[in-house]
Amino acid sequence: MQDKNSVGIVQSKIFKSEAALLLDCGRKLENYELVYETYGTLNQKKDNAILVCHALSGNHHLAGYYTKKDKHPGWWDNLIGPGKSLDTNKFFVIGVNNLGGSHGSTGPKSINPKTNKNWGSKFPILSVADWVNSQKELITHLGIKKLKAVLGGSLGGMQALQWSIQFPDALDHTIVIAAAANLTAQNIAFNEVARQSILTDPDFNQGDFYEKKLVPKRGLRLARMLGHITYLSNDVMKTKFGRKTKTKGYRYNFEPEFEVESYLNYQADKFVNEFDANTYIRMTKALDYFDPTKNNIKNLSRIFKKVRSQFLVISFTSDWRFSPDRSKEIVKALLDNNIKVSYAEIDAASGHDAFLMSNDHYHAILKNYFLKMLNKK
Amino acid sequence: MKRNNKRSDFEIISNWVGDRSKVLDLGCGDGALLNYLAERKNITGFGIEKDKDNWLLSLKNNIDVIQMDLEAGLSGFEDGSFDVVILSKTIQSMHNIEALMKEMLRVGREVIVTFPNFGYWRDRLQILMGQMPISDELPYQWFDTPNVHLCTVKDFDQFCSEHKIKVLDRLVVTKNRSVHFCPNFFGALALYQLVKK
Repeated sequence: MQDKNSVGIVQSKIFKSEAALLLDCGRKLENYELVYETYGTLNQKKDNAILVCHALSGNHHLAGYYTKKDKHPGWWDNLIGPGKSLDTNKFFVIGVNNLGGSHGSTGPKSINPKTNKNWGSKFPILSVADWVNSQKELITHLGIKKLKAVLGGSLGGMQALQWSIQFPDALDHTIVIAAAANLTAQNIAFNEVARQSILTDPDFNQGDFYEKKLVPKRGLRLARMLGHITYLSNDVMKTKFGRKTKTKGYRYNFEPEFEVESYLNYQADKFVNEFDANTYIRMTKALDYFDPTKNNIKNLSRIFKKVRSQFLVISFTSDWRFSPDRSKEIVKALLDNNIKVSYAEIDAASGHDAFLMSNDHYHAILKNYFLKMLNKK
Repeated sequence: MKRNNKRSDFEIISNWVGDRSKVLDLGCGDGALLNYLAERKNITGFGIEKDKDNWLLSLKNNIDVIQMDLEAGLSGFEDGSFDVVILSKTIQSMHNIEALMKEMLRVGREVIVTFPNFGYWRDRLQILMGQMPISDELPYQWFDTPNVHLCTVKDFDQFCSEHKIKVLDRLVVTKNRSVHFCPNFFGALALYQLVKK
């Protein structure tokens, strides 16, 4: 089960913020909690910390296992560990569950201290900037003034980008993977279908389903299935599933029989047990709202004027949700400002999901970039 | 884009690059030229490299390197955003040379182009003997060469005058020694410093 380069058994920790957080939506969150994990050791100078931001369905559990019997490691275990590309012998790696998440940080499922009930529909919609503010609180709490790097893929990459703009002096390197400076109409459209499937599920009950012991499984399942289709490329679906069926011949009923159907249903079932519907619709909103360019990509060059960190930007050829062209926009705006940037477009068949997969070239790039960080500023 | 006999043109290029210039090296290979210029001239350099293995070598050599295909143009770069744009021993493998030269002169205030001179007497001799030339500057067999647009010094001079490109300086060398007598016959490598007319 556990390879020798695993971080091994890990434990989550909780950071309780005393300071209230003023949100982009105008509301205020008091006394919130963030659940997080760390791997490796923070050195004496406290300058070897790397924050990893998670994507839509991710969480703070980046690597390792909770128990010896645990079958699945953290979601980025193929990258993070002693001797791995993000080497925990050298770096202090931090994973945090975003505020509003469903894995332990204060979120819609939590008890609102003012009402002693679950937040549910009353929980605010948070923005990427709000998350970054809360993450900064955690980093300060850990005694870190400047991060060596902030790293993330997809929505995680947007957070990394936001870090470089919001706290330009608090990080040396920004690593943006399979992301964009804002979402396209097509992306927002997919998010809206996902939200509608949840919002119209009768068990959703306007978001107040916890006390009624309901779970809007149908909506959440559909949202996840749709998501999974868009995270893969047509080519990889062809290779992975093709028109293969589980049994010989057609059954002429509506049970899943094509392998792609089984796959989607399996993913959907897994998801409803571990993810909160209120979190899902709020996270997709954070994605939709994220737009440091203020709806004009040309503004990006101006916004990057205050950036101080160096950049690594990575895209994947078959990723049609966050296409290489979107990454190139970021690269261009960085070059306009003379900011040190390297950009790689990785030949991968898996679509958007490629950023989570083990790929020798991709991981070699990250490994060497991390090593470079240690060699020179 | 493999760069052979790679240091032969570095020194001359370096003489054409001002201190603290912002330099873009197209087809930067392992980044050796940019590192050379960083040491000598304290430049800020960016490389462009399409090949993933060369790209990784550049990254390892501390180069800021952008992975893209030059054939697609330089649309990611603003007009005049670089002091110098360099195309070193790469032009012969490019398909759309007119478009690329235009793009280079748009993005760079000055452009440096170097290429193996196909008019070199050793190449002429090999063709006269009935075979495609193989040399230090042209190390490939006819069937595995990436080169599609080989040219002579005379060809390139003509290209510049026809495309309103001003040649600021031109050096033709053989084994790092400058050739002044019949350069199109005795010179193995041509180096041009160019600006828009």
